[in-house]
Amino acid sequence: MILTTIKRIIKSGWKSFWRNNGLAVATIFIIVMIISLINGLFIFQAATDFLVSNLQEKADVSIYFNENISEAEILEVKKEINAVEGVNSIEYISREMASEKFVEKYKESQILMEALEIVEDDPFLASLNVKMAEASDYAVLNGFLEEKFSEKIYKINYFENKEVIESIFSISSDVKRFTFVFSLFLAVLGILVAFNTIRLTIYTLKEEIEIQRLVGASNWFIRGPFVVQGIIAGIFATMISLLIFIVSFYFLNPQLKNLFLGFDFFGYFVNNFLFILLIGLVCGISIGVISSLIAMRKYLKI
Amino acid sequence: MIKFQNVTKIYPYPKVAALRNVSFNVEKGEFVSIIGKSGAGKTTLFKLILGEEIPTEGTLFFKEINIPEINKSNLYKLRQQIGIVFQDYRLIPSKTAYENIAYALEVIGADDEEIKRDVSKVLEITNLTERAESFPDGLSCGEKQRVAIARALIHRPDFIIADEPTGNLDPLNTQEVIQTLVKINELGTTIILVTHNKEIINILGRRVITLEEGKIIRDEERGRFIL
Repeated sequence: MILTTIKRIIKSGWKSFWRNNGLAVATIFIIVMIISLINGLFIFQAATDFLVSNLQEKADVSIYFNENISEAEILEVKKEINAVEGVNSIEYISREMASEKFVEKYKESQILMEALEIVEDDPFLASLNVKMAEASDYAVLNGFLEEKFSEKIYKINYFENKEVIESIFSISSDVKRFTFVFSLFLAVLGILVAFNTIRLTIYTLKEEIEIQRLVGASNWFIRGPFVVQGIIAGIFATMISLLIFIVSFYFLNPQLKNLFLGFDFFGYFVNNFLFILLIGLVCGISIGVISSLIAMRKYLKI
Repeated sequence: MIKFQNVTKIYPYPKVAALRNVSFNVEKGEFVSIIGKSGAGKTTLFKLILGEEIPTEGTLFFKEINIPEINKSNLYKLRQQIGIVFQDYRLIPSKTAYENIAYALEVIGADDEEIKRDVSKVLEITNLTERAESFPDGLSCGEKQRVAIARALIHRPDFIIADEPTGNLDPLNTQEVIQTLVKINELGTTIILVTHNKEIINILGRRVITLEEGKIIRDEERGRFIL
């Protein structure tokens, strides 16, 4: 009996979905928009994170050591810095490497190259290039170095970079906060639009629901086909939305890469396909089913 | 089978007393017509029997069931025992004639074979076999009403309530519908017919309850249409 009822509910939902194709198209269209919005925000969030970490990568301090400090001593300091909380990376740059980098960077500038030849001694100092996780970590690192290794250190460019570092981290955190609030706002707006559209769709079926009640159908016998239709609409909408993303990212990837400092949208989409598919299905089916159930509640009261 | 005991129904907005202290019994196998002018309370009485409305005062029973005490979500159990025919047919627009009739069997959990056999038979009896796959929009008024009656009968209820079932029909179709109801009644089904049609009442020569301003003003065993 239960199996027969479930079979009938599924069959009825499937038939109604195709028969009310005008309504089905409207529902799918709105769910496609919501899923695209949610998936789009998810990918946009990833792109923003990429941009922010790129920006943070540019923040660092250089610790220049006195000429008489040997490489072994510097590597010893490096080891101790590594133990400081918040250190993301440390790069040792020897005097030779610093010189090579300088030449590589300014090889087009004749004046600088000539000046370098005039200077008899190697003017470059060995250094450690340190990147920290947070802006506030740089001050901690600076204090640690001044306290422990001030006699070995010639200069730390912390105070020169302080403002830039703090700006970078402040912008990063603002961007993250804005993206989160904006995403949340759009997601809520989208769900409200979807709910209202489905509510209007169900309003047109008000009479049908009332007749079913009067003929003796139980509430679940009436709700069931709507739930099935919600699931079908959610699945179709997810497929359509994913197709739109695949095609768009495939063709627009080069332009988007330029815009987002090299973030590979197509690659990210392909690598996270299963997760994005899951988000789509969960959102699509939930919107379709929950909106239908809420919208039809009042017509089941007669 | 149906028992109204001092039933009063007052609608709150605007405050209107649709039924006032109405009491009557309908026994098993009876054919009772309910007549009255517009606003006399016929539709309210119909809605009370289906549990669509709850009386303000009094009690009302279907068999041993006190209708107002049924939980809204369990009303379907009451309705599954009743065959209902509406003046405006109330067919499900997205279902074919066949599916509309089958629906009454589906909701009570009849098996597929039984549905196929019974619906085909009823379609044949009501001359609708050719129209089985038509949607309500494509049916004439007479055909729609035949589908509605077939739907009310298909699950063999022992009580049928028909609200102006001939209201939108021509004399020929009217006669057909009434003859069908009489035949069903002769087979033992209790029938309540709510109507305005003077000829039907006078030809039927059965029990007639007359309502006026929410009160029963006449209840005659072999009544005539007097308003």
